[in-house]
Amino acid sequence: MNRRKLLQLLSKGAAAGAFVKLSGGLAQGGEKFSEKAFEPMRFLGAELREYGERSEFEKGVVRYISPNLRTRHSGANFTPLDKLDGVITPSSLHFERHHGGVPTIDPAEHRLVIHGMVERPLIFTLADLKRLPSVTRTLFIECAGNGQNGYRNPPDMTLTATRSRGLVSNSSWTGVPLAILLKEAGVKEGARWLIPEGADAAAYTRSLPLEKAMEDVLVAYAQNGEALRPEQGYPLRLVVPGWEGSIMVKWLRRIQVTDMPVMAKDETSEYTDTMADGKVHAFTWIMEPQSIITYPSGLQQIQRGFHEIRGLAWSGHGRIVRVEISLDGGATWRRASLEPSPDPLSVVRFKLGWVWDGKETIIMSRAWDEKGNTQPTQEEFFARWARNNRYHYNAIQAWRIGADGKVVNGDKTLSASLAPRRLGAVGMGGCGGES
Amino acid sequence: MKRLGLVLLGLALLAGVLAQPGGRYQIGTPLTEQEVQRWNIRPSILPDGRGLPPGQGTVDEGERVYNAQCLGCHGANGQGGVFNRLVGEPFPVTKDVDSVDFVIGNYWQYPTTLFDYIRRAMPLQAPGTLSDNEVYALVAYLLYQNGVIDGSEPMNAQTLPKVQMPARAILELDPTTQKRFPWLRLP
Repeated sequence: MNRRKLLQLLSKGAAAGAFVKLSGGLAQGGEKFSEKAFEPMRFLGAELREYGERSEFEKGVVRYISPNLRTRHSGANFTPLDKLDGVITPSSLHFERHHGGVPTIDPAEHRLVIHGMVERPLIFTLADLKRLPSVTRTLFIECAGNGQNGYRNPPDMTLTATRSRGLVSNSSWTGVPLAILLKEAGVKEGARWLIPEGADAAAYTRSLPLEKAMEDVLVAYAQNGEALRPEQGYPLRLVVPGWEGSIMVKWLRRIQVTDMPVMAKDETSEYTDTMADGKVHAFTWIMEPQSIITYPSGLQQIQRGFHEIRGLAWSGHGRIVRVEISLDGGATWRRASLEPSPDPLSVVRFKLGWVWDGKETIIMSRAWDEKGNTQPTQEEFFARWARNNRYHYNAIQAWRIGADGKVVNGDKTLSASLAPRRLGAVGMGGCGGES
Repeated sequence: MKRLGLVLLGLALLAGVLAQPGGRYQIGTPLTEQEVQRWNIRPSILPDGRGLPPGQGTVDEGERVYNAQCLGCHGANGQGGVFNRLVGEPFPVTKDVDSVDFVIGNYWQYPTTLFDYIRRAMPLQAPGTLSDNEVYALVAYLLYQNGVIDGSEPMNAQTLPKVQMPARAILELDPTTQKRFPWLRLP
């Protein structure tokens, strides 16, 4: 951005004082060029290569792995949301969640079997599945445990956007509609459920209603245009649009058609929600609206002057239609602009131009979807969910910007009656090791 | 009555369409039920007991298997170690119970889940290696330790599905899911 453009932008909203400070800062910074920067390369660069790697200078952009995890064979890591742009998650940075490590599967050996309450049990090779009609959709996958750091009280002051909401990723998925496979096998009357099974060491299973499978579930073999990554289920996984990630069985090898859900360990002892009224809720599948400001966000540092506030929003109920940003701790809200999203159940990028005057403030975002759902405040969330719950936290995340430009967690410390029991910054495990 | 008839006719037609011999695309190889069983080697156990194999196990046998196979991760008597605590009191959790203390006795809602999960996924380093009798014995031991059963009879395909789990009393279907699927009931 050149100086004239900056002037035009600032004249729209900036206080004169802020501009003077900003202009002084630029003049100082402008003299610090290294000698190398003044001309193009004087020698040949690297040769063509068969498979591209990112720049060596970007090696620090990695998934966050919690130091609290008890093993790296069962657990989750986080997509570095605060270091990425746009909406597509690079395949190498898609968050991971496994229950028995990442299996190595030869696609030539791999098979998918559909059996149970069907007219004709069928076995498919990968080549069979690729012959069938294909669908490509851009869809988010979010772990039900996303937002787990919201269960800490008082709030963790080392929180980043990545650790707040990085158990979400957004990819272009290609596969065959599961409905086509079920029609090939011929579902028998009385069948209501599917029990998909993974080929991982945990032989992971879940229950999925047949009705959802007939609507929009994909048996995916490609992610962002190439084969699935091993940690995303290579060579075959379920993608269940808008639903919690843990139901999207990876390394898919078998689907049993039944009249009853299996009540697997990961839909009973885990991935159930404890509620404020003392009940435990099962099958909380549809992901509620979420938004997270990725810039400026926790542990970043900003200067006075212009900033484009940027963030991500998504909902399992449907398209995000509005995101609002507050620059004054929730007293007033203004509408952010949304970049067009290719699919109603994909992540959307929101933005708002802002000139920071150097005064301490709290910024936050909240999203609405096309069904009218929005995000609760912390207090509203804990009025419904119990303080010992582990999943589906989607309360508004606040960031506090100090007078020194340092950004930290801006969430409130809750009253004792609402407060989650987990205290301080050291977690006890959980799917990401963070809660 | 007329409407019910129409609905039934519709369902029958739908089933007929889904069951067209050969399917739409004639892609995928048919399997016999015997061939299916070769792929179904860690079968799902349904809450009504369907899928449970022959065999049985007692609390005492389970204690021996537990100490040999499980104690290293889950601690003596299931009190927790590197991995989850498994044993507590047989009363459903309240919101004052920390989630690290969610165990079989206070949180697991279906007895069949124990057999399904242990045979499918445990021990973490060597899943699929326990015999059916060892799995029945472990289920008996863990339910006994949690105070859910008195241990007077062995666990098998008949006794296991009849066990009443205390936490089933507080389990409900998510209301958003109920609205989306009005027919859905928890077992």
